[in-house]
Amino acid sequence: MRDLQTVDLSARVGALTFKNPIMPASGTFSEDLADVFDLDVLGAHVLKTIMHGTRTGNPTPRVCDMQAGMINAIGIPSKGIDYFRDEMLPYWAAFNAPLVVSISAHSVDEFAQLCSEVSLPGVTAIEANISCPNIEADGNAFAMRPDTTHEVVTRLRAATDLPLWAKLTPNTGEPVEVARAAQDAGADALVVANTMLGMSIDIDTRRPRLGNVMGGMSGPAVKPIALRMTYQCARACDIPVIGCGGISTLEDVLEFLIAGASAVQVGTATFQSPTVMARLITELEDWMTSRGLISLDQIINTLEAPNAGVFK
Amino acid sequence: MNHIPTTVSVPVPQGLRPRCAEATCFVRSNTPVNGEYRLLTLDAPEAILDCQPGQFFQLLCPQPDGEHPFLRRPMSIYGYDKAEGRLEFLYKVTGAGTRGLATLRAGDAFNVLGPLGQGFSMQDDWQNLMLVARGVGLATLAPLARMAREKGRKLTAICSARSPELTMSVDLFESYGAEVIIVHDKDGSSTPEALRPLIEARIAKGDVDAFYTCGSSRLLRLLQDLGETHGIPGEIAMEQQMACGLGMCQACVRSFRVGGRVIQRRVCREGPVFPISEAM
Ligand SMILES: Cc1cc2nc3c(=O)[nH]c(=O)nc-3n(C[C@H](O)[C@H](O)[C@H](O)COP(=O)(O)OP(=O)(O)OC[C@H]3O[C@@H](n4cnc5c(N)ncnc54)[C@H](O)[C@@H]3O)c2cc1C
Ligand SMILES: Cc1cc2nc3c(=O)[nH]c(=O)nc-3n(C[C@H](O)[C@H](O)[C@H](O)COP(=O)(O)O)c2cc1C
Ligand code: FES
Repeated sequence: MRDLQTVDLSARVGALTFKNPIMPASGTFSEDLADVFDLDVLGAHVLKTIMHGTRTGNPTPRVCDMQAGMINAIGIPSKGIDYFRDEMLPYWAAFNAPLVVSISAHSVDEFAQLCSEVSLPGVTAIEANISCPNIEADGNAFAMRPDTTHEVVTRLRAATDLPLWAKLTPNTGEPVEVARAAQDAGADALVVANTMLGMSIDIDTRRPRLGNVMGGMSGPAVKPIALRMTYQCARACDIPVIGCGGISTLEDVLEFLIAGASAVQVGTATFQSPTVMARLITELEDWMTSRGLISLDQIINTLEAPNAGVFK
Repeated sequence: MNHIPTTVSVPVPQGLRPRCAEATCFVRSNTPVNGEYRLLTLDAPEAILDCQPGQFFQLLCPQPDGEHPFLRRPMSIYGYDKAEGRLEFLYKVTGAGTRGLATLRAGDAFNVLGPLGQGFSMQDDWQNLMLVARGVGLATLAPLARMAREKGRKLTAICSARSPELTMSVDLFESYGAEVIIVHDKDGSSTPEALRPLIEARIAKGDVDAFYTCGSSRLLRLLQDLGETHGIPGEIAMEQQMACGLGMCQACVRSFRVGGRVIQRRVCREGPVFPISEAM
């Protein structure tokens, strides 16, 4: 038995409360992980982005190594909305952990239609992947610019009553403006961020290492970028920020929380160690206990000297 | 043993044993087999030793000097023994990850994830088995030899290599009572044209109920053709670049021809073993 001051790991993201702040990042998680640990220990379940129709995804090789990370050009292989509704939703709805469904589309109309179609009982929130660099030519995505972000999020907002999260891209030069545009258009939270566009070449064959030539970088190497953007967005916006990018240790989780994230998503780290999310939850609880902390509020947005820098 | 291997402990769903686990093993030995290959023998915890031939592990490779392999590397199970707590991999040094593996020394701790994927099946009416493999594919097919003996099946192993001294696993196949036929590039005995009559002669004698093969697309086409002509089923172990190895990321897909359609399957999850007739 602990004393009166039990650690409360629950994380609030707008109107939602999760039992802890650790959730998977879209595209790095599936029912297959249930072979390794009990998925109900997670704060929430975030599924691979789905699109409306069926799609095969990019040519192989779809992944390659880089120093302290990886590059992927999976694309969005999708079995479509019907498969999601009939096959996937019943499986995920049976868990206690809330379900977050990630969606994407090539056009605003298609996006809005899909958003309304996935707003089904059993779905807790919708994550709009407006940032996936693999979909549109040369990595252009809605979240590259404030105006396209505002347009698509406005339409998505009108299409659903569920909490709506906008997943941003680190490839934009205007992260703060894009974050504000998403907030102004009615997003309930920001997921910061998706992968950073990159490339790798095999010098012996002089061929790109990825079938799609370019791909998204993830893993520890991109953590400082995602952390910086989390800090920027949390300062610029009133809606909650969910940090994502390179998180693999307890220290990483704490950095994002201190920078202003209300919760975090873990992606690539699960490929190196499939049990990492379960471990992070235990480690966070132990760390808080050892510091005498009882609530995440004592960690979130507690950066010292937050205004010292010259960059906005 | 000085070291007690441990598995990473995480909550497990009630009444459900994890099918695979992340585990710390300890290196028993890591020795060159011939010019190109090395054999890594590990002390492994029992929890990860319910293996099937054809399954694989995802290895977290050490970082060799100046190189930084990040993703785990898939490696077929070469040998395993639950009673003895032993797990073996036969690997070819080709890049950063496998160069990292080559740095492992006896006593080193080493993190593995597995066993993963679907292994070979050996259906009841497959009494006479023919295995045709080349290069490192022989590592993948080697555990079939023990399985064949345990099930009392007759196995013929056609081992192909660039030159006779580079053929692998011959002793292992023979120790399990398999008949071994060595073919190689030097004398041209390894070409599909040379192999076809050799295999057809066996088929004519009623000596082949099923084929097993791996990797090489020339061997696959030959066996697909022979299989179709003579109505002989078979299985192939395939490779693809992987990230998660568990089925989550969709990195490892390949195309298969199933019922007149081309579909994609994950090598790590639906495979790495597939019906020869469906492989492309
Ligand atoms: C299911 C499975 C079982 C395997 N079993 C064995 C085995 O028993 N013994 C063995 O020596 N090798 C095996 N391989 C291949 C082995 O995974 C690769 O050789 C290894 O990942 C190369 O890593 P590296 O860092 O040394 O080389 P890298 O520098 O990453 O690559 C060197 C070369 O290997 C190719 N390669 C890289 N990763 C893979 C991969 N996942 N599959 C196929 N080719 C790859 C690259 O395209 C490149 O041409 C297997 C692969 C799979 C998918
Ligand atoms: C293999 C792979 C597939 C991904 N697929 C998606 C996806 O479908 N939708 C999405 O929004 N993000 C996707 N991502 C991005 C991750 O969700 C995450 O934003 C990014 O990888 C950074 O986090 P990490 O460093 O913890 O992986 C993918 C990432 C990887 C590595
Ligand atoms: S390697 Fe991730 S799905 Fe196969």
